[in-house]
Amino acid sequence: MACPHYDGPMTKPLGIFTRAHRTALPVLTVVAAIFVIWYGAAAVMNLPWERDQAERAGVEFVLTDALSNTMAQERPVLPAPHQVAQELWKTTVEKKITSKRSLVYHGWITLSATLLGFLFGTILGMALAIGIVYNRAMDMSVMPWVIASQTIPILAIAPMIIVVLNAVGISGLLPKAFISTYLAFFPVVVGMVKGLRSPDALQTDLMRTYNASANQTFWKLRLPGSMPYLFTSMKVAVAASLVGAIVGELPTGAVAGLGARLLAGSYYGQTIQIWSALIAAAILAASLVAIVGLAGRIVERRMGFAR
Amino acid sequence: MSVVSAQSLSLTFETNDGPVHALKDVDLTIEKGEFVSFIGPSGCGKTTFLRVIADLEQPTGGTITVNGVSPEQARLNRAYGYVFQAAGLYPWRTIARNIALPLEIIGMPKRERRERIERVLELVDLKGFGGKFPWQLSGGMQQRASIARALAFDADLLLMDEPFGALDEIVRDHLNEQLLELWARTEKTICFVTHSIPEAVYLSTKIVVMSPRPGRVTDVIDSTLPRERPLDIRESPEFLEIAHRVREGLRAGHSYD
Repeated sequence: MACPHYDGPMTKPLGIFTRAHRTALPVLTVVAAIFVIWYGAAAVMNLPWERDQAERAGVEFVLTDALSNTMAQERPVLPAPHQVAQELWKTTVEKKITSKRSLVYHGWITLSATLLGFLFGTILGMALAIGIVYNRAMDMSVMPWVIASQTIPILAIAPMIIVVLNAVGISGLLPKAFISTYLAFFPVVVGMVKGLRSPDALQTDLMRTYNASANQTFWKLRLPGSMPYLFTSMKVAVAASLVGAIVGELPTGAVAGLGARLLAGSYYGQTIQIWSALIAAAILAASLVAIVGLAGRIVERRMGFAR
Repeated sequence: MSVVSAQSLSLTFETNDGPVHALKDVDLTIEKGEFVSFIGPSGCGKTTFLRVIADLEQPTGGTITVNGVSPEQARLNRAYGYVFQAAGLYPWRTIARNIALPLEIIGMPKRERRERIERVLELVDLKGFGGKFPWQLSGGMQQRASIARALAFDADLLLMDEPFGALDEIVRDHLNEQLLELWARTEKTICFVTHSIPEAVYLSTKIVVMSPRPGRVTDVIDSTLPRERPLDIRESPEFLEIAHRVREGLRAGHSYD
């Protein structure tokens, strides 16, 4: 048997981070466009208030002055980006993280509920998916309920979860985590069911020719085959989990967490505070999704999926 | 004792469009050490027959034994290695670990596994590629790896379902040559499904010509070619004569209804 030469394609593996360079320009362009639109909208939306002020004071309305004032109102309809940035800076870097006014403190409250809910959701989702794939009765009965569960507005069910759990003496972190779980398990179920069923007839026939047990087929074929699906759905789940945690903070009277900041902000018309909490939540969500994505890429690379 | 023995074997699939007779009254005996090719147009039941031997399909009539026992018992005894049309390597396992898969399942100790992997990699000329992932190998190399995997637990019977069907002519020639060498060296019994007349004639000691609707055996040709076969044997008159007989058999069984 003489075939010493290597006749296969050998592409150099692309690094995880090299792709970032190529996408930087389009991303920056979009960000710039958003800022332009945001500033424009802030000017337009905050202008009527400046006009009212001028009228009430009986001074002449000067457009250029008024325009510059729209960028520095205390309770603007739409705060300008730099106002939000300043607020973010003030409430993260310049405040002690133990302070009730620190966004890091509130962010951590929300993050802890998010992570716990995400963990529960992932475990619950995987367990349900395994049941659905391996048990015909579960396949027929559970999936419709899983889908139905997501048609109920989370805002409607969140207060009930809080109230019911409170009645049995569970309060604090867990109820919020359960609301996160409620949102997070769904994408995991759907993704894992698809992933566990992803091995084709050939791959499963192969296991049959080896006379492999159901256990061996699960651990050596179905579970590893589902990994790319699992990480994709975990990315969706972690973002949903954050939404769940924030929503869970609203009905409790909003003592702490990003949700509390949003609610308090809207009670007192503190639009800058609302927007900074929103941006903080967005940054948190993006970071969580990125971390899960990176973990997924590392696992897939280790497993040989990535090329 | 023959390796495979089928008497009036039938398999009918019930479909929405009515019954499909994938196999009808197939009688066939395969002896130890033979290289048997199954050739015929699509739908003639050649793959189905192979899958019945492997206990991947259940016949609806007739009897079949593999190594003297039922196909199911033979499968439980791990009596055969199966090579599919596509390599079907698990993408998350390296070549060596793909080959290790059947060995892990039968519970072979790690040290023994490693030796076995080395040996079969050498057998299919993939020495040194054990650490590569499937996507790093060409199609031909992947198919060789899948043959190595089928050889791994050293069953005496090798079932191959159009293993080289998706490969180009040059790679296919090369692999055919290697397969003959491997067969000579290991003295296995090989059942080989193919579409290609030259491939069937070049490889086989026995050619089973099949025809569709219903799937049945129309001719069984015992090859008169020597076991030692260089590639250019394909231009010899003897070769062409057998090829002619195969073609006639195919034509006779093929009705365009």
